[in-house]
Amino acid sequence: MRSIPWNRLRGRNNEGVLVLSIIAFSIAVGISTPSFWGWPTLLDLGTNSLINLVFAMGVLLVIVSGGIDVSFMAIGIFSGYAVIILPNATGFGADYAVVGFATAALIGLGLGLLNAIAIAGLRIPTLIATLGTQGIIRGAMLLWVGSKVIPHYPAGLDRLGNDYLVTVHSGAAATRLSVLIIPAAVICVLVGLLLRYTMIGRSIYAIGGDEESARRAGIPVTGIKVFIYVFVGVLAGIAGMMHVTRVGLANPYELVGGELDVIAAVVLGGASIFGGSGSVTGTVLGVVLITLVKNSLILLGVPSTWQRFAVGLLLLVGITAQALSARLRRRGPALAPGVAA
Amino acid sequence: MSSAEPLLIAKGISKRFGGVAALQDVSFDVRPGEVHTLAGENGSGKSTLIKIITGVHAPDAGTIVFEDQTFESLTPRQAIALGIEVIFQDFSLFPNLSAAENIAISTHVAERRKVVRDVDSRRIAEEVVSRIGIRLDLDAAVEELSVADRQLTAICRALAQEARIIFMDEPTTALTRREVQALFRVVASLKERGVAFVFVSHKLDEVMQISERITVLRNGVVVANGDVKEFDRTALVRAMTGKPLTDTPPSDSVRADAAPILEVEGLTLAGHFADVSFAVRPGEVLGVTGLLGSGRTEIAESLFGITPADSGSVKIEGRPVRIRRVRDAVRAGIGYVPADRLTQGVFLDQSIARNIIAGSIDRLVGKLNLLRRSAASAIVSRGAKELRILMPSPEAPVRSLSGGNQQRVVLAKWLTRNPRILILNSPTVGVDVGSKHEILDMLRDKAGEGVAILVISDDVPELVAVCHRVLVVREGRVVDVLEGDRLDEDEIVKELVA
Repeated sequence: MRSIPWNRLRGRNNEGVLVLSIIAFSIAVGISTPSFWGWPTLLDLGTNSLINLVFAMGVLLVIVSGGIDVSFMAIGIFSGYAVIILPNATGFGADYAVVGFATAALIGLGLGLLNAIAIAGLRIPTLIATLGTQGIIRGAMLLWVGSKVIPHYPAGLDRLGNDYLVTVHSGAAATRLSVLIIPAAVICVLVGLLLRYTMIGRSIYAIGGDEESARRAGIPVTGIKVFIYVFVGVLAGIAGMMHVTRVGLANPYELVGGELDVIAAVVLGGASIFGGSGSVTGTVLGVVLITLVKNSLILLGVPSTWQRFAVGLLLLVGITAQALSARLRRRGPALAPGVAA
Repeated sequence: MSSAEPLLIAKGISKRFGGVAALQDVSFDVRPGEVHTLAGENGSGKSTLIKIITGVHAPDAGTIVFEDQTFESLTPRQAIALGIEVIFQDFSLFPNLSAAENIAISTHVAERRKVVRDVDSRRIAEEVVSRIGIRLDLDAAVEELSVADRQLTAICRALAQEARIIFMDEPTTALTRREVQALFRVVASLKERGVAFVFVSHKLDEVMQISERITVLRNGVVVANGDVKEFDRTALVRAMTGKPLTDTPPSDSVRADAAPILEVEGLTLAGHFADVSFAVRPGEVLGVTGLLGSGRTEIAESLFGITPADSGSVKIEGRPVRIRRVRDAVRAGIGYVPADRLTQGVFLDQSIARNIIAGSIDRLVGKLNLLRRSAASAIVSRGAKELRILMPSPEAPVRSLSGGNQQRVVLAKWLTRNPRILILNSPTVGVDVGSKHEILDMLRDKAGEGVAILVISDDVPELVAVCHRVLVVREGRVVDVLEGDRLDEDEIVKELVA
């Protein structure tokens, strides 16, 4: 029998378990590689997590609503790449990073609308719809936007990409925390507030819980779904822009294929793949755990091909844990106290 | 406390769907503070009438008068604004959200709020809960609540919206007797405040206990209405079915001299039931009754190998058998009709024919494991005939059938296998009166053929009508066996609430 303190520690979406896993994993890696301990690891973790964190916030919304999205990386790279290539070609918006990010967000919004039309309008199942738009968006980018790697950046973006909040020198090497962690953190807080305190957020949980009931309760289900996929598009646009800014090289062949890391992080973070549950805290922890595992594998000298294997395994572990706890909850105690005579 | 002035009057309502007249010149009214039962078999037009009153459908003819406003038709939004609420059988709740949020969400939507905090939801929920004086764990997620508490949550949600008439579809089906009484207390206190209820139900005994008036629909026409006191059970059943139905006592089919087909000795499943022993002879119908959660369903599921027992022995025709999975039970000649036919008993989107042969597929395959079509269609037509399944075609999906006919498909699936032992869990839940009689008749016929039958049920009249003996299960143990003179409705009710 589970006692109450354990339940509280575990958290509503297994956040406690995640924290324990992260600590246990860190101790294990730290024992075999003492250089793991120290600021560089922490700063690396922040810098390497922040882009997936922004993508994950969008995916969290989709999964809570009972859907799935596999097109967000395609939207991200389309938006980021387009923003870099357009000024080079047209001379527009060259110098201000803010203009670049706003343009990326706008492009993401447009592409998200494509998903919204397919899912809310045509009622195509979310996995198939976004699989289709993923192909369309990526194909359209390579066909009409460009397919070359662009190394020349407008000055504003170039500066932002090399702007750091903290720099730690250890010997000759320097580890840095990108300043982009700030907008990423702001986005997490905003999504947290949206889910917790707005009618839109609560409606997303309601739709994930029971879509038909949501409709009967008067919730504008179609409108909320349009919002979700457009919002995910905007976040993906911003995240894609962050990616090209940070890398300093706009490569149209990047990002797509990395969906697994983000979806695994959201699911490990306790969001139910059946919809209706999930939290920002859990998702942040999920992203941190995935990044930590991937970083540590490099640190431990494990060939990088094992990374996908490990993340895939973590995704299955996360889903299995959900399925098991759901089954336990359904069974419950056979002889409930108030029922027996 | 019903005053004479009706709150709502539906006058001369007619509605056609395609060529079929669903309702013809139906008039129906609801007075403040009354409970009005709307009765009728499946397909009689009850649902259509409710959908017209709640604004889902527009009537072809007729008007709806609410207090002093007259409407040609209503929209769902208008109906809610007037205070007309429907509680569907599935309650339309959000399993993942707290009870408080479930209660408050429609109010938030109606107020077009943009921002909500937990305290707002709690305030709305607490106000309603204290208004009707019930206890409800408002912080628990609805999926953690009992069925009865979920229903209370749905009622509270309607009340938070200032409901004046609440339609409830089959309000008592999923509740234990004690929970039904608790529900009725809540209904009675709301009547005092002028809230009217319209109950749509098959369970006549229960709803008649609390209703003031009753309206019976048959084939889209009102065939009876008036004060509940003017009707007795037989009159109502006659009005609903259009033919007199008599309660036949259990048939004299027990072969007392024959050895038992099924012998169960000391069956135990930790945490669910312990030391359950009984024997069933050929032709005998043994009832197993108890409250929800007493272990009655688990006993049946263990015998069928769904949740195998930890210890104890099962003998079939004298030979010990070990039932560790469903396949063992099927091989031993046991058939099982689960309680929740929608999730466990049928493949809703598959055809009637495929559903019927699903239970005997192993006998229908020839060389190369291919289906022998002629044998399959013979089984389908035999099953459909024996159980009088009304169907457009054997290829139609089971979803398109009424509740009673769906249940017959589940029965046909097992009966065409000719089981020696048939276990039925709540065989007539959600089934209309006419179908119920036919299903019980069919059980008597099967008993007459020498099948041993186990009926798990808390429907007291049903137990008395078909069972030769009834085991009473309480907290996982068999506490009494009722037979002979002691097998009557009062005695069973006494045992159930003891």
